[in-house]
Amino acid sequence: MTDTTVLELVSPSALLKSEPVEMVVVPGTEGNFGVLPKHAPLISTIRPGVIDIYMGGKVSERIFVAGGVAEVNPERCTILAEEAVSIADIKADEAQTRLEAAKAAFEAAKTPHEKANAERDVEIAAALITALTN
Amino acid sequence: MASLKDLRSRIASVKSTRKITSAMKMVAASKLRRSQDAAEAARPYAERMGTMLGRLAAAVGGSQGAPKLLSGTGREDTHLMVVFTADRGLCGGFNASIVKAARAKIRALKADGKTVKIICVGRKGADALKRDNGDAIIARYSGIEGKKGIDFSEASAVADKVLELFDNGEFDVCTIFYNKFVSAISQVVTEQQLVPFAGEAQEDNQEADGKGASAIYEYEPSEEAILADLLPRNVGVQIFGAMLESSASEHGARMSAMDNATRNAGDMIDRLSIQYNRSRQAQITNELIEIISGAEAL
Repeated sequence: MTDTTVLELVSPSALLKSEPVEMVVVPGTEGNFGVLPKHAPLISTIRPGVIDIYMGGKVSERIFVAGGVAEVNPERCTILAEEAVSIADIKADEAQTRLEAAKAAFEAAKTPHEKANAERDVEIAAALITALTN
Repeated sequence: MASLKDLRSRIASVKSTRKITSAMKMVAASKLRRSQDAAEAARPYAERMGTMLGRLAAAVGGSQGAPKLLSGTGREDTHLMVVFTADRGLCGGFNASIVKAARAKIRALKADGKTVKIICVGRKGADALKRDNGDAIIARYSGIEGKKGIDFSEASAVADKVLELFDNGEFDVCTIFYNKFVSAISQVVTEQQLVPFAGEAQEDNQEADGKGASAIYEYEPSEEAILADLLPRNVGVQIFGAMLESSASEHGARMSAMDNATRNAGDMIDRLSIQYNRSRQAQITNELIEIISGAEAL
């Protein structure tokens, strides 16, 4: 049997996943990184992107996250995601609508704070579409 | 002595009150189940966020570059209090106990010569606090609990406000007051410091001992950058957690309050019925005596 590490995926509203996996690829802010069992301790922020979960030597599940943080230690990989959805559950036209709504909000934003928030939403929606097309 | 008619109408009115309270109890019980699930589901995130921040805070320590949300402004003259109450009453001591705790804190702070600012989440708290601290209330939110429960966006709205105030240097210390859900009959008023970040150092140590996680972490990007990203998010998460806890507590408190009210109404109906029957009997006896003594007189 191959070695496994425990993946914990937590969103603000629920503990989404807590299960052994062979490898996860996490979209870190400074580049993707793969987490195998006995990975060196690491804390990294996450950019909007896709988490690939490997089980049985191939990708078993792909989950989109809208950003967050990942904490890796030799026994487990904890991902605190702001929003997490399985790629299989996303529809292309919904993502497109979301991108347009975010762009509109960005145009309408007045304060720098609103602007920054809207810009982030645009980034997330754009990443979502990229995730779908790949 | 109340007449029979009065008694009858009192019994009828208590009966309809009992109907209402027992219906409210049912509603609260079903809402409680949902909000309790939500509150419990949200705990892992807040806890892990707490441990991670604790670790980061320990790593950055008291270095100069530490973000202000962690190290504080260096003063503690102005206190911001975020008070979580319900929008509605009829939930026992739920609102009163929060307001009482908040008032005590306000008095203590004012006695120390500090300025107090208040953000009220929930209509009841704002109503109660505006009587003696009306000018201190800078923002109020209500109707946070929608049909589908509490959405994270409600928490972000409050968190954004808190962060905006902090960036403008309008307060130094932020504390949140909410009812922590323990069980349907027990809620604990909890005071939690939000800014500057107060790590649960003990908890962190325990975990480090247990899992050998005290190893040195690598950070990507730097500790400071992660902290700068994480601290504002933590404010939102803690506020969201408080909202969920408060909502579960509210429904729990309302359920037990309405259960008591229903039971009281039942007791009262029993007492009134006995009284009603006795006076009816007394009246009949009286009439009989009158008839008999009338007949005897003939």
